[in-house]
Amino acid sequence: MLNIECPYCGFRDEIEFSCGGEAHISRPELNDKLSDKEWSEYLYSSYNPKGLFIERWVHSAGCRQWFNMVRNTVTNEIYEVYKIGSLPKTKEGLLAFKNNWRRKTKSELIDLKKKKNNGKK
Amino acid sequence: MEKNRIKNFSIDFRKKVFFYFDNKKLYGFEGETLASALIANNIKLVGRSFKYHRPRGIIAIGSEEPNALVTINKGDKTEPNIQATKVHLYQGLIAKSQNCWPNLKYDFGSILSFFSKLIPAGFYYKTFMWPPNGWKTYEHFIRKMAGLGKAAEIHKDPNRYEHVHSHVDVLIVGGGISGLVSCLTLANSNLNIMIADENEELGGNLNYENDVFINSVAAKKWAKQTTKKLENLENVKILTHSNVFGYHDHNFITISENCEHEVSNKITQRLWKVRAKRVVLAQGLIERPIVFSGNDLPGVMLSSAVRGYANKYGVVLGKKAIIFTNNDDAYRTALVLYKAGIKIQCIVDLREQVSSKLLSKVQNIGIEIFFGHTLSKVIGRYCVKKVEVSKLSKEGKINSNSKKIINADLVAVSGGWTPSVNLFSQSGGKLKWDSQSLNFKPSFHFQNEVTIGGCNGTFDYEKTVLESIDKTKVIVKDLINKNLRETNLKIDSPKFNKSLRSTWFFNSSKDIFKNDKAFVDFQNDVTVSDVLLASNEGYNSVEHLKRYTTLGMGTDQGKTSNINGLEILSVKLNKAIPEIGTTTFRMPYSPVRLGLIGGRDISDLFDPIRLTKIDPWHRLNKAKYENVGQWMRAWYYPQDNENMQTAVNREVLNTRLNAGILDASTLGKIDIKGKDSRKFLNMIYTNDWSLIKPGQCKYGIMLNEDGMVMDDGVTTCIENNHFHMTTTTGGSASVLSWLEEWSQTEWPHLDVNITSVTENWSVLSLSGPKAREILSQSGCDIDLSNKNFPFMTFKNGKIGGIPVRIFRISFTGELSYEINTPSRYGLYLWQKILKSGGKFNLMPYGTEAMHVLRAEKGFIIVGQETDGSVSPLDLGMDWIISKNKKDFIGKRSLKISSTIKNRKELVGILTDNSEQIIPEGAHSIEDVKSSPPVEMLGHVTSSYYSPNCNRSIALALIKGGRSKIGQKVFFPTLDGDIITGKLVKPNFFDPNGDRLNGI
Ligand SMILES: [Zn+2]
Repeated sequence: MLNIECPYCGFRDEIEFSCGGEAHISRPELNDKLSDKEWSEYLYSSYNPKGLFIERWVHSAGCRQWFNMVRNTVTNEIYEVYKIGSLPKTKEGLLAFKNNWRRKTKSELIDLKKKKNNGKK
Repeated sequence: MEKNRIKNFSIDFRKKVFFYFDNKKLYGFEGETLASALIANNIKLVGRSFKYHRPRGIIAIGSEEPNALVTINKGDKTEPNIQATKVHLYQGLIAKSQNCWPNLKYDFGSILSFFSKLIPAGFYYKTFMWPPNGWKTYEHFIRKMAGLGKAAEIHKDPNRYEHVHSHVDVLIVGGGISGLVSCLTLANSNLNIMIADENEELGGNLNYENDVFINSVAAKKWAKQTTKKLENLENVKILTHSNVFGYHDHNFITISENCEHEVSNKITQRLWKVRAKRVVLAQGLIERPIVFSGNDLPGVMLSSAVRGYANKYGVVLGKKAIIFTNNDDAYRTALVLYKAGIKIQCIVDLREQVSSKLLSKVQNIGIEIFFGHTLSKVIGRYCVKKVEVSKLSKEGKINSNSKKIINADLVAVSGGWTPSVNLFSQSGGKLKWDSQSLNFKPSFHFQNEVTIGGCNGTFDYEKTVLESIDKTKVIVKDLINKNLRETNLKIDSPKFNKSLRSTWFFNSSKDIFKNDKAFVDFQNDVTVSDVLLASNEGYNSVEHLKRYTTLGMGTDQGKTSNINGLEILSVKLNKAIPEIGTTTFRMPYSPVRLGLIGGRDISDLFDPIRLTKIDPWHRLNKAKYENVGQWMRAWYYPQDNENMQTAVNREVLNTRLNAGILDASTLGKIDIKGKDSRKFLNMIYTNDWSLIKPGQCKYGIMLNEDGMVMDDGVTTCIENNHFHMTTTTGGSASVLSWLEEWSQTEWPHLDVNITSVTENWSVLSLSGPKAREILSQSGCDIDLSNKNFPFMTFKNGKIGGIPVRIFRISFTGELSYEINTPSRYGLYLWQKILKSGGKFNLMPYGTEAMHVLRAEKGFIIVGQETDGSVSPLDLGMDWIISKNKKDFIGKRSLKISSTIKNRKELVGILTDNSEQIIPEGAHSIEDVKSSPPVEMLGHVTSSYYSPNCNRSIALALIKGGRSKIGQKVFFPTLDGDIITGKLVKPNFFDPNGDRLNGI
């Protein structure tokens, strides 16, 4: 039973939460150029590393808010929880973010660029 | 006085009590355990072993006991497989031995022992492989012979179990010397401490020793004084009789507390779920036996247990003892037995000549010691009578010329000590082999925990105390806000020589086979030859060995057998133990009752039931119920002697002829507000919501990203930017989560607010040609004319002063009004409308009639016509997919070829014999062939008798179905018949929808 810190409510037992799988997946923009392969990659391929990983969780039996979590899938150590729409700050979180193969896909690069530009404004 | 009670031993017994063991009336003292009382009464044979039905006796004093399992009867309660070492004696206790027939002494199953060559390691696997039907023959025999106690034959557990949640700063597991010292160290701090121990009192091994003094006080007494001190502290919670059985993630610990000793307590056991900031593991050590021929005979006991029973309870199971050891500790037992007046025949020490202070003390009394010797055999049928002692060569070979036969009725064995690393291992921690003490010790720590004393492999009392203080201080460093008081303890304990001789003197496998009936695991009857055989057959991995031989798999989880098993395997494979590794320890540490895990979540409290506000009426009118998720829905309302079919037929016919009313309150209802609501609905649903105006209703289908139908329902525009969404009854929670997930994670920039209002509204679905008249007669203040209130629109209004939202939508294909009222008015309004409808023959109908009515119209039910692999195109609902929208969830997947080509399509089926109803789920085939392969075309999703069509109807998903309309199709049934029918369009009644549009 993990002890999870909801960014809105504080520490609660895992039983109050649900895990929503990998975080920071960009939903590709629908256009004629989007190939079946790219779409199916978004839909079905997931990153499942042994070690540092960023996941989405939801406080389903609490405030019902979604948030992101940096977790070591081997030790279950949680390094960081942060709100949707922001990026990780800890060393482990940044590493996990960088190591994800998705960060190199086309749609992901476009999305990151967008985020960066938004930040500048 | 009982036979084996030592005279002149000062024990603070409270009260003499009687008890029964196998119907024999015996006496003992309150405050001792059943095991102690059995020893006092010289009961040596207490059970039969699991596989060979060999006679077995008590060997241990604590929760590591593998043999002495009994069934306890108390009033209407029966508990099997309870360790006699964990049962506290009380007046009138009834205990029975297990696994024997007709009785313990003349057990029929013990003939198995003579055939033991026929039941070797892996016996179960080997036997059940051949012949193929063998299991049917063996099962009865095997089930009767193998196994432990029998479960009670009552259906309801009379025990009461409760769950308690607790948060503490420090949880100390084990109340022995290290646990007590750790607790003392923290006693004056600001920390909340919990200390849990499996015994009735704290002190652990200190209670079993007479040669340890702390601050010049006898250890036993010191433990009592310390406990008193701790009991008076507000920040310390002491749990006794408590088995810490699980160490889970993030310092979450589960403890089962036995409460039966509590006076006037109705709770049998408590399950503590503790979240601790820090955990101190201090479970100590367990002595292990030595493996030799006949080592399982009653009368062979662990040396520390012999000493403990004598010191704590004043009982010794014999008058003539032999001590067999490979280390110094057993010499303490010799001193205790000597003081108790027991004759010690000799001490057999595997080690070559060693010397220590402790040894000299024993030698000075004049006890004979055979160094470099071993017990080569134990002789006796039901208990120890004689032993055979042989000399060992330096290489560890038995010198058969040196045999001596010595009379004895008690053998105290010490094969060294095993740290209790179970919980540490459960925490994720990694173990390291220590070749000096021949043990696994904690090495890599995984969680916020510290391991101290015996279970950390620290044997010495003084070192244990220092380690406990130091390590405790370190782990709480960042939790404390003041300096801890210094703990000064002066320890006086026997001085040991720490040498140990590996007991694995068997060099060739030939020797070992000779030493058959040398048991490694007592509870599962695993012998040395079983381990060797498994290895010969290729089960060389320790995990395989465990499963093949069942070594370490009993209720005792191999507490006494693990290390011995590993050592034998290591000698056999000529590999070091670290190369072989150890099996992973899993919870529970000691057996836990299923009832305890269930707690109060049983019977009616197992799962919540949801009832609508109108439910009292259904109950009063004898509705039959159907469970839909957690909801209890009225299924049908039988009148007089109607069976289900007649009742449903009547409800269906009457709804189309006059009118019917359905309690639809369970429908999922979600309130959506915000200026981007339309944008949001456009993404969620497949059709276009841009132009919907207040007062309009619209049917929508939502897809998963994979393009498959997820849910459907009607959503109504209440006001601009305010929508009322309905979902299926079963899908309401998942749809709410779905909407929240997308709005929070993908489109947080949209202004949408989502709330479930399922429980806030009662919904009455009034349906049928007379619905309009009935509604207006009920006092509805809305102009119900088709012109003012057409199909797929919504009005606010009042019925007899009660506020209502009425949606003119229909799931029956009739003129229908879905009347929503704040749920508190639901029951009243239901009764009011039924009353007004009386003269129009209005009748309630249940969910079954609703299913038939919608199937007659070919309306789908998500979850019945769909199963997560059905797209809207498969359902023939192309019309609901917007061509203009750039995006919606699932859109892109509808363009992928596998979603378009070669699909199963929704069709209707009419059987050739109109009375025949195809079973739902039946598979259809194109051709009837005499032998496989037969191509499957699809399956039936809904199938009913339709009283309005006066025949059976069915909906089905059939490969390429829409292009096969009119073709014949076959459904083989389970009983060998074949139902024939033809494919039709999925709409059996009023295909043009005239009734629906209701003039
Ligand atoms: Zn929360």
